[in-house]
Amino acid sequence: MDAFILQILNGLDKGSAYALIALGLTLIFGTLGVVNFAHGALFMIGAFCAVTMQRILGLSRTVIDETQTDFLGNPMAVQVPYVQDWFGAAAGATIQDWSVPLAFFLTVPVMLLVGWGMERGLIKHFYKRPHADQILVTFGLAIVIGEIIKAFYGANPIQTPMPSAFVGTIDMGRYLGLGEGAVAYPTWRLIYFFFSAIIIAAVFAFLQFTTFGMVVRAGMADRETVGMLGIDIDKRFTLMFGLAAAVAGLAGMMYAPILSPHYNIGMDFLVLSFVVVVVGGMGSLPGAVLAGFLLGIMQSFFSNPAFKGFIVDALRLNDTFTGTVINGLDQIIIYLVAIVILLTRPRGLLGRKGVMEE
Amino acid sequence: MTKSTYSRRRVLQTGAVAGTGLMLPTYLRAEAHTGFTNAPTGDTVTLGFNVPQTGPYAEEGLDELRAQELAVQHLNGEGDGGMLATFSEQNLDGTGILGKKVNFVTGDTQTKSDVARASAQSMIQKDNCIMITGGSSSGVAVAVQGLCQEAGVIFMAGLTHSNDTTGKDRKANGFRHFFNGYMSGVALAPVLEKAYGSDRRAYHLTADYNWGWTQNESIAASTEALGWETVQNVLTPVGAGDFSSYIAPVLNSGADVLILNHYGGDMVNSLTQAVQFGLKDKQVNGKDFQIIVPLYSELMAKGAGSNIEGVYGSMNWNWQLQDEGSKAFVKSFGEKYGFPPSNAAHTCYVQIMLYADAVARAGSFNPCAVVEALEDFDFDGLGNGPTTYRGADHQCFKDVLVMEGVAGSGNANMMGYDTLSIVEVTPRAQVEYEPDHPMFAGGSLGECNPGA
Repeated sequence: MDAFILQILNGLDKGSAYALIALGLTLIFGTLGVVNFAHGALFMIGAFCAVTMQRILGLSRTVIDETQTDFLGNPMAVQVPYVQDWFGAAAGATIQDWSVPLAFFLTVPVMLLVGWGMERGLIKHFYKRPHADQILVTFGLAIVIGEIIKAFYGANPIQTPMPSAFVGTIDMGRYLGLGEGAVAYPTWRLIYFFFSAIIIAAVFAFLQFTTFGMVVRAGMADRETVGMLGIDIDKRFTLMFGLAAAVAGLAGMMYAPILSPHYNIGMDFLVLSFVVVVVGGMGSLPGAVLAGFLLGIMQSFFSNPAFKGFIVDALRLNDTFTGTVINGLDQIIIYLVAIVILLTRPRGLLGRKGVMEE
Repeated sequence: MTKSTYSRRRVLQTGAVAGTGLMLPTYLRAEAHTGFTNAPTGDTVTLGFNVPQTGPYAEEGLDELRAQELAVQHLNGEGDGGMLATFSEQNLDGTGILGKKVNFVTGDTQTKSDVARASAQSMIQKDNCIMITGGSSSGVAVAVQGLCQEAGVIFMAGLTHSNDTTGKDRKANGFRHFFNGYMSGVALAPVLEKAYGSDRRAYHLTADYNWGWTQNESIAASTEALGWETVQNVLTPVGAGDFSSYIAPVLNSGADVLILNHYGGDMVNSLTQAVQFGLKDKQVNGKDFQIIVPLYSELMAKGAGSNIEGVYGSMNWNWQLQDEGSKAFVKSFGEKYGFPPSNAAHTCYVQIMLYADAVARAGSFNPCAVVEALEDFDFDGLGNGPTTYRGADHQCFKDVLVMEGVAGSGNANMMGYDTLSIVEVTPRAQVEYEPDHPMFAGGSLGECNPGA
């Protein structure tokens, strides 16, 4: 039971990351009809906003400490961060410790700007071009962004720690009545899950309960008619692109303490996110969220040797080829589920008729 | 009118025989010997530095490149000479190799075997490289080693830790200075027994490729010999990023040790995430839970930050060693670049020095002469104590370092390299094995290939 709950928690946590990225991807596809292969790069830029904030708060002056020597035997050059000069050692250290949450104030404007720049500067020229052209140009853009990040930050993963207050685990066993220490889950991952849930709810509320959102939804359903009513739908769609970029960026920023950012991190998530979008149904926001969680949980369970062992035992497939295949399913389960769902429901879980079918 | 007795065919035949006869002395003359691939003819010789400059091991590759450039400087008589002064052989005098100035070309392996082979191929065919060196992956090393064997040039491997490089995939033209998975296991075992006892249950997460498999096999054999039980070995995809779904099952598995057979970014992520799951603070079977990373590198330590505190691992070499060779190299590298060298940088520097010295001793660039000079060659003064390049498998035998993660100074100049501390220098005798050891069986060096 403990192991089961742990895998569910892990699945929800993984699923929330998939759902958050897929949500932005679907938002762009649903509004602008663009298949954006640079969406993973937006996630990466968000993660590097956290790194940048860490670097900004770590900006230091050099003091030569004659009492210590470096590895060459020269007097040690000690770095004293400016924030510690300005706010005192303790307060400065606390501010540095909270660099990832503080990166929110950098990520949102940067991502809105990047999203706006990307849409106005490049993607708008590809609206009327075939999807294959859109994929090529956005994929190329993702490579360019990745190389720029590498030129500035190097190729190594960069440790971006969470605030020390959130280091460690929360004893979920105690809250779930399973006994002390039975289910301990990392605090930051739980925070990530709730953060994702809030962002997803906020995006849905924005689209559902605001006039702006209503116009956007109308535009998604029938762009031409909305335009004929005198509404500048393009302007609103550009803003939606910025919003989707901000969602991806925030997902990346909050993920930085879990997965040390590196220039290729976006590509790692891109393929999975596309599978999530396709399984959920192209253009369906609830579908993207549902598929994100579903695939996250599936991946989590199939990574557990005990779970796979249970299936193999139950089906009496020990020492058979099928049993061996089941034991290796963790690396392909997402794609297997995608194949099964697309065979049985070609439009995905909650896909709409007519999307990408013309 | 007289009729000529020479037919056109006869003239051509005579000409061909005479031409061949006239060319033969030139062919046989040593200086212009084309009996081996890319025999240097001018006053320069070109080496090929094939390292990952992009991709997951790019930082390691760039550090290798720094050391390789430093080695070329020292061979050409520039800089402070580094390890030339401490090397037990004193055949290199700063005038290049056999009086020829050393040039180099670089290639990007991207840590992909096919790309690495294409890059090495271009170095051999286009740039006339006489020797290829570098790399940060066993898959790449095995692929490039095979290519060099076919092409008839020497391959001095960079960072490659799989048993197979000098085991089942060993080649006569290939040489490895770096240690291997078996040596890591044997060096770590006594330290682990002393620290954690002989009654432990280990859970392995293993990178699903050649290096991961051989390391898992080596570490499991060494720890099982102590009396440890291997609870589970789970293969994880390379570059998985988020390892949480593989780590979560460890919590309820009954294991009290997690062994991460991961390298590079995978190790940084899996270790960080294991610590986030509270494994280091957990108690299982009445014992403190422990994490082990059998193969360490400075760049991984830098990436993992404070998560490596208290975690044991092993290394080929470390900048904190206090022998004269290591001190000379650290000084030379540190003054040029402003931070200490990694063990990837060290092995590449040493490989170039060893190659240059072998050519000098052989008096020839002919790969077969170099192979002969390197086989069963004993040397010292290059940072690892007395070392032997064993002739049977072209593997170097020397001391191995057992490391422990510690809290670093946080000093920017240290690059986080001071988060690893040397726990023990395992004597060479302890990590030696027979060439036909089961973990290395199935391969054959074959004949040395001089190429063209």
